[in-house]
Amino acid sequence: MTIDIARAAYADAPAATDTAFASFRRRLLRNKLSCVAFCTIVLLVVIAILAPWIAPFDPNEPDANAVLQPPSWAHVLGTDAYGRDELSRIIIASRVDLLVPFVSTLLALLIGSLIGALSGFRGGWVDQIVMRIVDAVMAFPAFVLAMGLTAAIGSSITNLILVIAVTQVPVYLRQLRAEMLREREMEYAQAAQTVGNPTWRIVFIHLFPNCFTPLIVQATLAMGYAVLTLAALSYIGLGIQPPDSEWGEMISEGASLMVTGQWWLSLFPGIAILVTVLIFNLVGDGLRDLLDPRMRGK
Amino acid sequence: MTPLLEVAGLRKSFALVGPKTWAARLRGERPAVRAVDGVSFAIAKGETLGLVGESGCGKSTVARCLLRVIEPTSGSIRFAGEEITALDGRQLRNTRRAMQMVYQDPTAALNPRLNARRTIEEPLRLHFKMTSAERRERLNEVVAEVDLGADLVERYPHELSDGQRQRVNIARAIAAHPSLVVLDEPTSALDVSLRSRIILLFETLQKRLGLSYLFISHDVATVKYLAHRVAVMYLGVIVEEADSASLFAAPHHPYTRALLSSVPAPDPDFRGERLMLHGEIPSPTNTYAGCRLQNRCPLAQAGCAEPVPWREVAPGHHVLCHLA
Amino acid sequence: MRNLLEVENLVVHFDTDGGLVEVLDDVNFTMRAGETLGLVGESGSGKSVSAIAVLGMIRRPGRILAGSIRFEGIDLLRLSEDEMRRYRGRRIAMIPQRYRTALNPVISAGRLISRLFEIHEGCSRAAASRRALELLDLVGVADPPRCMQQYPHQLSGGMCQRVMIAMALATSPRLLIADEPTTGLDVSIAARILELLRDLSKRTGTAILLITHDLGVVAQTCQRVAVMHAGQLVETAPVRELFRSPAHPYTRALVRSIPRIDVEVKLEPVPGTIPSLRHPPTGCRYRNRCPHAMEICQHDKPRQAAVGLDHEVSCFAFGEHCDAAA
Repeated sequence: MTIDIARAAYADAPAATDTAFASFRRRLLRNKLSCVAFCTIVLLVVIAILAPWIAPFDPNEPDANAVLQPPSWAHVLGTDAYGRDELSRIIIASRVDLLVPFVSTLLALLIGSLIGALSGFRGGWVDQIVMRIVDAVMAFPAFVLAMGLTAAIGSSITNLILVIAVTQVPVYLRQLRAEMLREREMEYAQAAQTVGNPTWRIVFIHLFPNCFTPLIVQATLAMGYAVLTLAALSYIGLGIQPPDSEWGEMISEGASLMVTGQWWLSLFPGIAILVTVLIFNLVGDGLRDLLDPRMRGK
Repeated sequence: MTPLLEVAGLRKSFALVGPKTWAARLRGERPAVRAVDGVSFAIAKGETLGLVGESGCGKSTVARCLLRVIEPTSGSIRFAGEEITALDGRQLRNTRRAMQMVYQDPTAALNPRLNARRTIEEPLRLHFKMTSAERRERLNEVVAEVDLGADLVERYPHELSDGQRQRVNIARAIAAHPSLVVLDEPTSALDVSLRSRIILLFETLQKRLGLSYLFISHDVATVKYLAHRVAVMYLGVIVEEADSASLFAAPHHPYTRALLSSVPAPDPDFRGERLMLHGEIPSPTNTYAGCRLQNRCPLAQAGCAEPVPWREVAPGHHVLCHLA
Repeated sequence: MRNLLEVENLVVHFDTDGGLVEVLDDVNFTMRAGETLGLVGESGSGKSVSAIAVLGMIRRPGRILAGSIRFEGIDLLRLSEDEMRRYRGRRIAMIPQRYRTALNPVISAGRLISRLFEIHEGCSRAAASRRALELLDLVGVADPPRCMQQYPHQLSGGMCQRVMIAMALATSPRLLIADEPTTGLDVSIAARILELLRDLSKRTGTAILLITHDLGVVAQTCQRVAVMHAGQLVETAPVRELFRSPAHPYTRALVRSIPRIDVEVKLEPVPGTIPSLRHPPTGCRYRNRCPHAMEICQHDKPRQAAVGLDHEVSCFAFGEHCDAAA
């Protein structure tokens, strides 16, 4: 109660404002953790792009002399059963492990939010049909659905992207629909109508941007999930096929060898996944703050 | 001379749904809330009609029907001589340029992601082909009209005070040269010292731009100040209509008299006539034989259950009552 | 006769993200037993904060820097939380502003009231129910047994407000604080609630501190009025005196800015804008809006000066510096 009063007491006086850039930069720098995470992502992307030139060895080149070597100066993260350098494989795998989750999440985000927005705004039987379809899709556990679809259509990179996207679409769809249901009742939505906006402008220029921010956070979290889904699919053999490297698939290969003491084959790809998922989550938090215009003045 | 706006027999019902209504619907009935049940009025150019009533009387629904935010169930709305209930698409957009609305909550009525300039310029973008420079010029004109500092246009709604936000709303409403502006409780959410300033602003704008207003409010005193004519609504119908001076000097309908006598006057010695209605406003889902006020009116008689006549008790002063 | 409530030199600050907000600046007012005092002001005037201070509910980020609040002779600000609890809700009760959100939605109206009897007086459930029924009748509810069973969402605005008043009166408080009791209510319902408050005050001898921004409400309900502006108390007077001869420039401007239905008036808006409480003007906080501002208004805070019987103003145009204006 007292906080409301305090807020009301100084809310009346209009706040001073900086230029958009200065305020953006100030807020960016304020959240140190997200900043670090963001830089790490940039670093990962750079590594992924430059992978072929950064990798110390050819990731697919077997070396009969250096089979199952533990981490050493020559092979920093050890070698696998074929003598291939772990570090190089992890670096090369980062391409797939960043590309597929990113593209599939983006795809799911766009498709899901678009349909969710239209469905939520329109309401009526269109909305009902869409929601029943979403219910049906969500009735499957996401991973089971992914497995089924991959088994059906094959596991090329494109197909994997599509499959993972499909499992994620319902989440964004529902979330944006919920936001839209609330937002369309707002007075400014009515004002947009009475001012003379055609429906598409009301939905996409006025309402959609105000619904979208929560989805950004959701998407960064989901990207972590997408990495895990891809890794899990590859682990059971449905995802990226050998000899192409992918972190989950590498964990799978190394799993059986753990018993005989070759711990480095599963551990390092596992750490790679952990770090990637973690920094996506941290960036999500930071992005949400950045995108809220109400935080501009603070 | 034809009035700018002519509303005749406007009706709006909201169908009731839900488990409680199944029994009735199986019987073939269609339970509904008759929010607006036959409302007729006219507004001339440059005139202000005040629409007064308490919650549930239907005044906001009338406004939304006028602007086609919701569709009337039946009735006619003629704006500038043209029937607008059947319009859509481009024609409706043209009508929307000429008929605008100022909303009650200044904060909720602004898109938090658009700054003042983009909000105010939007009607210009939608209705006119203007260059960026022309738009800027019109923006400056409008901003000066509503007394909003030109340095504030780049600000976002959360960076403005309540009064400033309301001015942005008003600027947006007048930017495209409308002829009629519907004011839906424009001062209720504002502080007392701001209210009079905004009311005076409306008055000034009306004189300078020749605007007509439909001024909807539960604040009777404000309506008295600004309106040339006043209509009082109760449970979906207009119970009394007269020019401002007549209505306040000699209210006829018992509801009007009760309403006016309930307004606390800022004068401790004021001993006005006090007419009290018993009970509270009934549920709007009820249907009525005869007068809607019967159950609460201290002057009710047996004859009040008959259909009620709309009588002229003085020139330009009409009342919906058996006893008038 | 001792005053029921004496607020003296009350200073309250709030530490917020945006800076220090000086919400109350040296506020002084008194109340006698059984009287209805109207505390009038706009948003940011500090009227709600004053009420909360009386109830001892100023918590972080708010703090009381100075002053005393004497209720029946005891300084409430010096009491411990336990001691204060004997007053809060018992001898001093409050009807908060937003009646809709103040009632627990999962508890029936009857139970909301009867619980209070059980807690404060140790009644049995049946006895408490009976007392609740009586109380609902006292506050003018049409069908008390029915109302007892209903939940807040089933009650109309007027009924909710009556239930809140009943809850506040359950413990027979000496002081009732009503925070904007008519905001959000329809005019006719509001009129009845005000009548109820007037009536109850007479019957039970409870003093009422009525907080509002509506001068009409004040005129019809209160015996004395205290006007606040930006955290400073600018004028106190008996109600007739205030309307007939308002002294402080703010009060005068306020009275002139209200549209009325009883007489023809020319609307004159109050000049200027409400000052920011984060960087309030030094001295008198009204000086940037005041047509009679003098040099001294910038440096010193005006003291209370008497201008009539029981009529005090905080303005340099009166009192020792009385020369210009008025």
